[in-house]
Amino acid sequence: MNTIYEFVTGPLAWLAWAAFIVGSVWRLVGMYRLAKTKDASSIAFMSWKYSLRSIAHWITPFATLGWRRNPALTVATFLFHLLLFAVPIFLTAHVMLWDQFFGISFPAIPDPIGDYLTIVVIALCVFFAVRRLQDPNVRYITKTADWVALAIVLAPFVTGFLAYRQILDYDTMIILHILAGELMLVAIPWTRLSHMVFAVFTRSYMGSEFGGVRHARDW
Amino acid sequence: MGIHDRLIEDVGLRRGVSRLTPEKIQKTVNAVLKNETGARLKVYSETCMRCGMCATACHFAQSHPDDPSYTPAGKVRQTLDVLLEKDGKVEPDFIYGLAQLAYTECNLCRRCVHYCPIGIDTGYIMSVMRRICHKLGVTPQYIQDTAHSHSATYNQMWVKDDEWTDTLQWQEEEAREEFPDLRIPLDKEGADIYYSVIAPEPKFRTQLIYQAAAIMHAAGVDWTMPAEPGWDNSDMCMFTGDFEMMGRLKRRHFESAQKLKVKRIVMGECGHAFRSIYDVGNRWDGWLWHPVPVVHSIEFFWELMRDGKIKLAKKYPGPVTVHDPCNVVRGRGLHEKLRELVRFLVDGDIVETASHGEHNLCCAAGGGVINCGPPFKNSRVAGCKAKADELKATGVGTIVAPCHNCHGGLEDTTHAYHLDMKIKFLGDIIYECMEKPEA
Repeated sequence: MNTIYEFVTGPLAWLAWAAFIVGSVWRLVGMYRLAKTKDASSIAFMSWKYSLRSIAHWITPFATLGWRRNPALTVATFLFHLLLFAVPIFLTAHVMLWDQFFGISFPAIPDPIGDYLTIVVIALCVFFAVRRLQDPNVRYITKTADWVALAIVLAPFVTGFLAYRQILDYDTMIILHILAGELMLVAIPWTRLSHMVFAVFTRSYMGSEFGGVRHARDW
Repeated sequence: MGIHDRLIEDVGLRRGVSRLTPEKIQKTVNAVLKNETGARLKVYSETCMRCGMCATACHFAQSHPDDPSYTPAGKVRQTLDVLLEKDGKVEPDFIYGLAQLAYTECNLCRRCVHYCPIGIDTGYIMSVMRRICHKLGVTPQYIQDTAHSHSATYNQMWVKDDEWTDTLQWQEEEAREEFPDLRIPLDKEGADIYYSVIAPEPKFRTQLIYQAAAIMHAAGVDWTMPAEPGWDNSDMCMFTGDFEMMGRLKRRHFESAQKLKVKRIVMGECGHAFRSIYDVGNRWDGWLWHPVPVVHSIEFFWELMRDGKIKLAKKYPGPVTVHDPCNVVRGRGLHEKLRELVRFLVDGDIVETASHGEHNLCCAAGGGVINCGPPFKNSRVAGCKAKADELKATGVGTIVAPCHNCHGGLEDTTHAYHLDMKIKFLGDIIYECMEKPEA
């Protein structure tokens, strides 16, 4: 057990982070080169002003027609993404790891709150899953890849919750949790989760085209 | 549920599909995807989270609320997604459905863009589908005929070279009975304005040319119209996916204006022609913008109003509602100027439809859909129900719609849904209300 733990928190962790960073850079560079050859006019129209304007509106809940027409989903989406980053970064157990491995220390969320927020994330994932099954419009367009993406993101939170609460065998659960987290990192550049990397560009382009060419708002 | 449950017979689609094999289809699909698309299409298909937020954006989906196959993401699900899943190797019958969907169930209006958090452009994806269909030789008969007309005559309506000048001179003659000094100057070098129209105007909406001439005359504008082919600013080839011909059309149009050394082109009240000139056709020709400044009628009339060159003898009786043509509003942000003009011309309020301005609902006729002709009329009018409901709710008797295709679509819609509403061009209203000193 110990050797496996050493492995997943050591070399495998380095590998996972490297795969995430290198993979993301690889995809970004590849996409940029593709755009340069095939979407030259799109690149020519990119504008800082209109990109930032569009991003500002879409990153604000209810500041766009799309958000306003889907209120429940808007709340769920913003909360989910906020916690997706905030919980792993500021959880006490993780803050301790940063300190232990790299000597970096920063404030942490108190444990009970971290626990509660994890439940919120899991509940939100359940909301997304139920919605995907129940809403006819969403069900119609769903593919396997959408379920895979949800599972990949849910796994670290479920395993983390079970590990913290020491439900089932802790030693096994903690390793599964670490593996789940590493899987998510590695999956980001190569699955739907790549929207983390690309969305700022698609948003910027739409903002630039609507603002600069069409003189209209894209929200 | 899906396009294959509601296929409509069209001889163009049928004949086109009869010439195909899965191997041919695969070759063409992959050639278009590889050579003509790039990062945009790739990222859109990968990062669409299938969240379904776009579902209620589309007027087709709003008009068929229980059928997810009309939603924007639903359209992509039935078209691009399948092509990518099967590496382009699909049956000819599948292409039939794909073509019918891409050509007649999407107006390329881009309303869905206002709903997608990632910024995916479903209209662009549908354009790529149309491109593939064009390359496969599968297009609806009526719109393909207009594309042929573009190729043969450089205009959309098979107007022959002499018929064009004949029509202009005929309208000039008619107008001189009302305004003895009126002229429609042909090929005047160095004029301020080169007025361009779409081919339906000389063909069956000649009163618009008459009215435009009257307004130019009353406002003392230094204008001209070209005598040679290149006068038609419309572009059905953009909508069939015949981008090569689109490029030739726009080049001819711009060169026609450059030859006359005009200061700028003023376009008649049309939507898609505007898009073709400042956004799509010019890009194909390698121009980032347009080599000659282009201004839409809305903006031109607004300038005339601002400069006091439109003198009204009376105002048009309101209240009215304003229909925002997608290509001019989501396409060029002219909704504010449009409303300033309408307020100047109308004695009464503007009662807005629930969705207006950049968030308007499309008339369901644009994007080439009405040009696909009678076989698809019922489907188009059914897709316009949501718009009809919004129009009805305004309770007014007049719709101001500064776009030819919108007129066609709204005329069909008001008839089908028994709405007693008149549809007016800005030119109609200005001509009706302006001072006619010589009369």
